[in-house]
Amino acid sequence: MSITQILFWVLTAMAIGSSLMMITRKNPVYSVLWLIMTFFAISGHYLLMNAQFLFIVNLIVYTGAIMVLFLYVLMLIDLRHDTEPRKNKWLKFAGAVAGGCLLLVIVAALKDSDIKSNVVQTGEGDIGLIANLGKALFNEYVVPFEISSILFLSAMVGAVVIGKKE
Amino acid sequence: MSEIPVTHILFVSTALFFIGMYGLFTRRNMITMLMAIELILNSVNINFVVFNKYLYPEKLDGLFFTIFIITIAAAEAAVAIAIIINLYRSHHSIDVEDATEMKY
Repeated sequence: MSITQILFWVLTAMAIGSSLMMITRKNPVYSVLWLIMTFFAISGHYLLMNAQFLFIVNLIVYTGAIMVLFLYVLMLIDLRHDTEPRKNKWLKFAGAVAGGCLLLVIVAALKDSDIKSNVVQTGEGDIGLIANLGKALFNEYVVPFEISSILFLSAMVGAVVIGKKE
Repeated sequence: MSEIPVTHILFVSTALFFIGMYGLFTRRNMITMLMAIELILNSVNINFVVFNKYLYPEKLDGLFFTIFIITIAAAEAAVAIAIIINLYRSHHSIDVEDATEMKY
C-alpha cells in the first residue's frame, strides 16, 4: 500500500461519501457545500492522474466560480420552506432501482473486461503541464477554442436577456 | 512507481454518475437538480482523463474534451441560473412541480 494508493482510496471515499451527502441533504445550501467537497476530491483525482492544469482549472472554475454562483443565487432566492415536500416515494424508489441496476450492469461489465490488468501510470509524464497544453491549444485546437469563446459571448447575452425584467 | 488499476477509477466515475442521476430523479428543487447535472458532467470528465492517460498517454485529446466540457458547463450554469431567477420572479418558487404551464 503505497502513498499513491492511500491517496486514491481517501479521495475516492471522499468523493462518493460527499456526493451521497449532497443528494440527501434537505437544505440546498448544505448540498452546495457538500458538492464543493466532491469537486475537491475530483480535482485530487486529476492531480493523481498528472493533469495539473486540469486540477487548477477544475478548482478555479467549478469550486471557485460555479458553486459560488449557486450559493449567491440561493442567497437571492428566499427559501422559507427549505424542507422539500416528500412527494413521491415511488419516484425515489424508481430512481434508486434504475440508477442501481445500471450501475450494477456497468460494474459487472468492467469486472469482466480485459482491461482489468492494465494500470494507470500515476505520477509519470509531463503531458498535462501547461506548456504542452498551451502549445496544442493554440495550434491544433484553435478552432474549438474560438468557437467556445463565441459560445461564451452568446451565453452571456442570453443570460442577460433572460434575466432582465420585462 | 505504484499503480492503480484502471477499473478502479472507472468505478469511481460510474458511481458518481449514478449518484448524480439519482439526485436528478429525486430532487424537486431546481438548483439541486442543476447541481446533480454538474456532478454528472464531472464524472464524465474523470472518464475522459483516465482514458486519455491509459490509452494515449502521449496525446491530449481527452484533456481538451474535459476543458471544453468545463467551459460548456460554465455557460450552461449561467443560462440555467438566469432561467431559474426569471422563473422565481414569476412563480415565487423554484420547485419543478410548480412550473406546469407547458406541460399540458
